[in-house]
Amino acid sequence: MEKIELTIDNKKIEVDKGTTVLKAARQAGIDIPTLCHMELHSMNIENKPGGCRICVVEVEGRRNLAPSCITEVTPGMVIHTNNIRVLNARKTVLKLIISDHPFDCLVCAKSGDCELQSLAIQCGIREIPYQGEKSTYRKDLSPSIIRDVDKCVMCRRCEMMCNEVQTVGALSAVNRGFMSVVAPAFEMDLEKSPCTYCGQCVSVCPTGALTEVDHTSQVLRALSDPTKTVVVQTAPSVRAALGEEFGLEPGTLVTGKMAAALRQLGFKYVFDTDFAADLTIIEEGTELLGRLKSHLNGDKNVKLPILTSCCPGWVNFFEHNFPDLLDVPSTAKSPQQMFGAIAKTYFADKIGVNRKDLIVVSIMPCLAKKYECQRDEFKVDGNPDVDFSMSTRELAHFIKQANIDFLNLPDEEFDAPLGESTGAGVIFGNTGGVIEAACRTAYELFTGKTLDKVEFHELRGIEGIRSATIDFDGLPVNIGIAHGLGNARKLLNEVRAGRSKYHAIEIMACPGGCIGGGGQPFHHGHSEILKARAGAIYSEDERKTLRKSHENPYIVKLYKEFLGEPGGHKAHSLLHTHYYDKSVEVTIEH
Amino acid sequence: MTVQTLPENKLEVKIKLSDEKIEKINEICESFDNDPGELINVLHETQVTYGYLPAEVQEVIAHNLNISVAHVYGVVTFYSFFTMVPKGEHPISICLGTACYVRGAEKILDEFKKELNIKVGETTADKKFSISCLRCVGACGLAPVVMVGEKVYGRVSPDSVRAILDEYK
Repeated sequence: MEKIELTIDNKKIEVDKGTTVLKAARQAGIDIPTLCHMELHSMNIENKPGGCRICVVEVEGRRNLAPSCITEVTPGMVIHTNNIRVLNARKTVLKLIISDHPFDCLVCAKSGDCELQSLAIQCGIREIPYQGEKSTYRKDLSPSIIRDVDKCVMCRRCEMMCNEVQTVGALSAVNRGFMSVVAPAFEMDLEKSPCTYCGQCVSVCPTGALTEVDHTSQVLRALSDPTKTVVVQTAPSVRAALGEEFGLEPGTLVTGKMAAALRQLGFKYVFDTDFAADLTIIEEGTELLGRLKSHLNGDKNVKLPILTSCCPGWVNFFEHNFPDLLDVPSTAKSPQQMFGAIAKTYFADKIGVNRKDLIVVSIMPCLAKKYECQRDEFKVDGNPDVDFSMSTRELAHFIKQANIDFLNLPDEEFDAPLGESTGAGVIFGNTGGVIEAACRTAYELFTGKTLDKVEFHELRGIEGIRSATIDFDGLPVNIGIAHGLGNARKLLNEVRAGRSKYHAIEIMACPGGCIGGGGQPFHHGHSEILKARAGAIYSEDERKTLRKSHENPYIVKLYKEFLGEPGGHKAHSLLHTHYYDKSVEVTIEH
Repeated sequence: MTVQTLPENKLEVKIKLSDEKIEKINEICESFDNDPGELINVLHETQVTYGYLPAEVQEVIAHNLNISVAHVYGVVTFYSFFTMVPKGEHPISICLGTACYVRGAEKILDEFKKELNIKVGETTADKKFSISCLRCVGACGLAPVVMVGEKVYGRVSPDSVRAILDEYK
């Protein structure tokens, strides 16, 4: 690679040709502030429309200031990132942006995590001298995501995520000049767009323009109602990220503190979605083996590959985009919904509580889960299996609201029977984890042999699309993995064209899997945070004595006492679902 | 401080496209090889054919070019040439070029808006008239100039607006 020499703030440095001034400066330890620019390096995700002009620098010999995020280095360049001209220009640009921004930081959901707010602090903004037009736009409330575009700074990160990374195409910049906003087609509500509620737009929004629907107050009300028994389930990846909200290093596991905090918040039973993840593996694994065996016996009607169905953003995506392939994904419900179905039948009976008086709350890294638990097919006589789904961020705020000294909490355990899980359930949080968990069980059930080594390292990693062939004692099983919906689309197009070589495919809507979910603490473009969370998940798996779903004693007991056979009649009615063609819903009604 | 209110909901017309209409749009898209890079040309030609680009037409184009409807709508709303509202039977264009402007074109525009009770870019309920603005028709000697369809009216004054409209009623 050709090297370029340049000087930034009197520091002589050498970088690869093609590097931008912004990245060259960062290599030299100089952090030029940015607003619209965002990069998730290890995922190959970058937003650089060069629109906000916060990152301007002075290039000697150039008349105007240069936006460093889109200006490539040239030999002998002399750059100043912090002289008076640059600092004043940056301030002016920021003041102009803020002049069309509501001043309601005190009541904004993003306060404390807002990149515009941080910039205002960093740049020392004390007054806004510009009195100009202000845009006002109706708020768009969907089951998962709130759009409040008055707070939009047109960085277009959400548009990039929605279109380039996820290929969902729900959002686009529309109109022109001062009137421009990021909106769904025809400025209809998000609910009438092909939005999957994956929440990646929320993950990258620098301000409060895109936030989640907050269920904290409903949960608090349920917890204070003496006629209700409130149980909680926590998704695998929450424990690997929650600590960040309390200042802990990314990758710190807080499983025990989280259980303790939930108990202090007043949840009667603190359970684990990992239990339901183990249950998912039994049901999905049985379905996979069933389809695989029929296929091997020459049954031409059997659909392969089988696709995992535990990610609700992904389910929404194929319902909107691949309605012709609705019989390809597994019919198994997601762990969240399996948990709800079991809690409101098996567990409610056990403790003698009517399902209407049992409130099931889920803590999820996900915003699509909020929509999922409201779907009609997951209700019995109008009563949902899962009443409220809160994000990791909402839980952190809830714990802070309740004056709980999270960092000094003693570690506590989950409650039995729906709190017991294996390492296979834990790794659901990482891309590749569901299929690895499925392989651990499917291998042993199919071959009748015990695995020497439970880790399938060939299924792990961060590349967007991965594949591996697992030897099922002489039978090669081809596995495909995709995370990020754009990557999923590629594998799905192969399936549609009849060119897919896989027997089973795992798909996660969010880059990185649930650890990078739309409800997780904000990563602000630091992809090493996602890596640290993934590492934490695998280390939790290693710590477990039981690491295969079918060895979970409470799962075994559940089938024996209640469900009967895996994939049997009762299991089917409680733990499986069906999918709908949503491609028509995109059209506009009037 | 003025407050700019964006429209509640831009979509005002819902039409069911006939099979022939869809077929015609398909043909236009195919003539550009269904290339998403030709979106502007496809929109242009479709608008020339139909006079405007309602939501349903944009959906067909998005489907053919394999791009999102939101993206098509983004382009339609970016360029002022594209319209989602059908023009009236007698489209009125008021020149706001420099010569016309300094000779009071804005007052004439206001008069048309008042008489027809519509804004720029809108069409009357009876679909007879629509108002748009343009910049210079090359008849500056006649400023201020108004066009109704293909007919040019010169030296228009606010008082003469009603008489012009009466010609078409």
